[in-house]
Amino acid sequence: MPAAKKTATRMAKPAKKAVAKKPVAKKLTAKKNGTSRARKAAKVVGKVMKSVKGKAPRTADLFAELEALAKYIQDAKKEIATLSPDEVKEDFLPSASGELDAIIQATADATNLIMDSTEQIEEVMEKLDDEHAGQLMAATTRIYEACGFQDITGQRVTKVVNTLQDIERKVDRLVAVFAGKSTGAVKNLKKKPASKSKKEITDEDLLNGPQASDQAKSQAEIDALLASFD
Amino acid sequence: MAVDMNMNVLIVDDYKTMLRILRNLLKQLNFNNIEDATDGSMALEVLRTKDIGMVISDWNMEPMTGIQLLREVRGDDKLKHLPFIMITAESKSENVIAAKEAGVSNYIVKPFNAETLKSKLVSVLGEF
Repeated sequence: MPAAKKTATRMAKPAKKAVAKKPVAKKLTAKKNGTSRARKAAKVVGKVMKSVKGKAPRTADLFAELEALAKYIQDAKKEIATLSPDEVKEDFLPSASGELDAIIQATADATNLIMDSTEQIEEVMEKLDDEHAGQLMAATTRIYEACGFQDITGQRVTKVVNTLQDIERKVDRLVAVFAGKSTGAVKNLKKKPASKSKKEITDEDLLNGPQASDQAKSQAEIDALLASFD
Repeated sequence: MAVDMNMNVLIVDDYKTMLRILRNLLKQLNFNNIEDATDGSMALEVLRTKDIGMVISDWNMEPMTGIQLLREVRGDDKLKHLPFIMITAESKSENVIAAKEAGVSNYIVKPFNAETLKSKLVSVLGEF
């Protein structure tokens, strides 16, 4: 457990007991016509209350605990500084974005090569009889359909690149907060998007790219939704 | 009325591979004249300079998206009756509703196949 959490736990326990037990003890002792079991319980609670009061932290102890907490925060700041956020920002993130861009380019190049060859097959088809031309036509159609993967994977990779850029911006703000460069940065880190009502959907909200396969609507579901307008 | 297979069909997508796929599939369906654009603003230029008979557009493009293009088309007296098919990976209900409200003729979700493309073309243009 981190030191700060331990400190907080140690400090919180006695106070919690005192608050929880006091009303019960009072209630039990105030009950004049209570049973012997209730009187016994009231005695026990009274003893517990005395022992808890004995252990309550003194002012000096509180200062010591606060000092330890402050030291913990200072250490955490130093640790974050040694994580080299600049390295993450300047090397790792652009490198990852570059690799992802290269994936998009490689798949586009391969898809174009596949389509070059498919178009050559279509040229040959013109010289064939109807039956064989038809068979080749069906095969080339399937190839074109399959080439659509490049568009979908490209959009998915672009989403990842955008996420990396978002992380980059957050790292920037985090660095600013710990370096004390910007008071606004703290506000930005805490900033939550304003909640919108259904009517406030913007064009930007409608740019989500491909959905995960278990969340994406099928063509049949979209057809049904469109038909509901008629 | 018979479908004019020589009409200019404008396909709009920021992925060149998708433009090529659409072009080839439309050729296989016997559409002879295909124009292309890589975003909504480029498509608008084509629409205002050439005689286009139908638009098939992606949604997610920059700087002008497919939904913005659709609104521009529907807001233009000369273009507002053009058949407009959205073909996109955006499959959320909000997208379909927004497209319908903007006046889309039909909506195809990616990835799609040639059969779906043909059936949507038939529903918009009639049998061919």
